[in-house]
Amino acid sequence: MGASISLDGISHRYKPGASTVLEGIENQIGSGECAVLIGRSGCGKSTLLHMMAGLLLPSEGCVRINGRQVVRPSAKWNMMFQKPSLYPWMNVRQNVGLGLEFAGTGKAEVRDKVDQLLDLVGLADSSTVNVQSLSGGQQQRVALARSLATHPDVLLLDEPFSALDAFTRASLQQEVTAICRARGITLVTVTHDIDEAILMADRVLIMTRNPGRIENEMAVPLPWPRDTASSSFQGHRRALMDQFEQSDGVTPLPEPESDRVRFRRVSNG
Amino acid sequence: MKAATSPAAIAAPRQSGPGLLNRLQPVTYPLAGIAVMLFVWWLGGEYIASNPDTMIFASFAPGPTFVALWNMLGQASLWDAIGASLYRIGAGLFWGCLLGVPLGILVGYFTTARQMANVPFQFLRMVSPLAWMPLAVMIFDSWNGAIVFLILMASLWPILFSTAHGVKRIDPGWFKVARNLGASGPQMLRRIILPAVMMDMMAGIRLAVGVAWVVLVPAEYLGVTSGLGYAINDARDTLDYSALAAVVLVIGVIGYALDGLCGMLMRRFNWQLEG
Ligand SMILES: Nc1ncnc2c1ncn2[C@@H]1O[C@H](COP(=O)(O)OP(=O)(O)OP(=O)(O)O)[C@@H](O)[C@H]1O
Ligand SMILES: [Mg+2]
Repeated sequence: MGASISLDGISHRYKPGASTVLEGIENQIGSGECAVLIGRSGCGKSTLLHMMAGLLLPSEGCVRINGRQVVRPSAKWNMMFQKPSLYPWMNVRQNVGLGLEFAGTGKAEVRDKVDQLLDLVGLADSSTVNVQSLSGGQQQRVALARSLATHPDVLLLDEPFSALDAFTRASLQQEVTAICRARGITLVTVTHDIDEAILMADRVLIMTRNPGRIENEMAVPLPWPRDTASSSFQGHRRALMDQFEQSDGVTPLPEPESDRVRFRRVSNG
Repeated sequence: MKAATSPAAIAAPRQSGPGLLNRLQPVTYPLAGIAVMLFVWWLGGEYIASNPDTMIFASFAPGPTFVALWNMLGQASLWDAIGASLYRIGAGLFWGCLLGVPLGILVGYFTTARQMANVPFQFLRMVSPLAWMPLAVMIFDSWNGAIVFLILMASLWPILFSTAHGVKRIDPGWFKVARNLGASGPQMLRRIILPAVMMDMMAGIRLAVGVAWVVLVPAEYLGVTSGLGYAINDARDTLDYSALAAVVLVIGVIGYALDGLCGMLMRRFNWQLEG
């Protein structure tokens, strides 16, 4: 089951008197929607995502999930980070079942659910393996299964694939979106990566910094699963890049030129 | 790793008796070290025996000591002394853990607690546990209780500081994920914090055992009529120097064994993958 997220007039300073990190954030994310937050480093993407997870309270405004204000973390809206943060003193199975264990779920039920999830993320053979011996991609899969175990309505991803190699990243991007779409989970992904945004989004929210605002947004009405080589994908990619540069042009920072060259080169190759 | 193994690999073919020698390889140097220690001991004994001023202490030498040790091993009094000492150190360590671990977690987890505790704890830590003796004697109505208290004061700080250090080092991501998965306070403590700091805690306990064992002997010089410290004092009073040396030997061996036990426990609780 999904859940709608509403960002109601969120502004934030980490300390009274410090600079404004987020200002006047106002947006609705529909139930089951795949939204992507994109923006330069430091524009407050992680800050906003932590607020949706209930790990941080905004200094003004609030996050509502299904109309109810988020004031604390809950296993029903789950966040994944760039680092998998698995617990090395637990094996794969114990890591995945942890949320269920916290909720007091019976042993047999935990066992069944964990088996299903390990199957889903392709780690059925590794259930008793030490998590430290897994590759980065496998560790993120365990973290994904762990997040899914508590049947969350909302999945919040903070650049969870950015440390992975291109192949692993591509397959995980596809899998996560497919899983969330199949289960109707509302997905919010934070990224720097334009391709990742087009690959995963129903809608891309473009953030600018100093202070962090949602400056623009763009719908991506492409069919699933998405083909990065298709011309419609490339078209959306270019459109997003233009939008991004336009929005970014608002902030007086002298680097867009170099970034542009880098983006273009990627699209040629 | 490579640099350490290759010289051994080169040297290996030169060994004449490959089977036995190779198997003895890991203990060769430790045995040599023990041999050197015994030799120095023996040399000291010879010197003392040859000097007319110190001749009466000649039974400190290895020969008489081992004879005395052999005799003592058959007597209940030695085992009683060992039992009494082990009980005191066990009780002291128990209280040290009971206070040190929660306090360490508190100080490691809460910045306010850390800032408040820093000066008092660093100050108290620098006071020799034995300095508490007069106070302990006043507070506790038995000498036994007083000694256990001294062991507690000796073992508290290593356990407390190691645990606090471990908690401070915990990956903040582990806390975030656990909170996100709906962990309650006790669940966080039991499933995340305690396992995460287990290694540091054990390292602290190992240090504590070392300090406590060292403090125990002088503590037992006072008041009590049991334990290894008392046995040393008793042997001195009866001028039984070979027995005195034998007790020193026993103290050293037990201390070594206790440390080895802690090392074993540390390996048992180590969740870090080697290599
Ligand atoms: N705990 C904190 N205390 C004070 N300031 C913070 C804290 N966390 C982040 N900030 C500041 O808030 C701003 C936004 O940070 P945030 O991590 O949300 O950015 P981001 O968009 O996620 O960046 P990146 O893409 O590099 O991850 C930055 O200027 C950062 O310095
Ligand atoms: Mg971030």
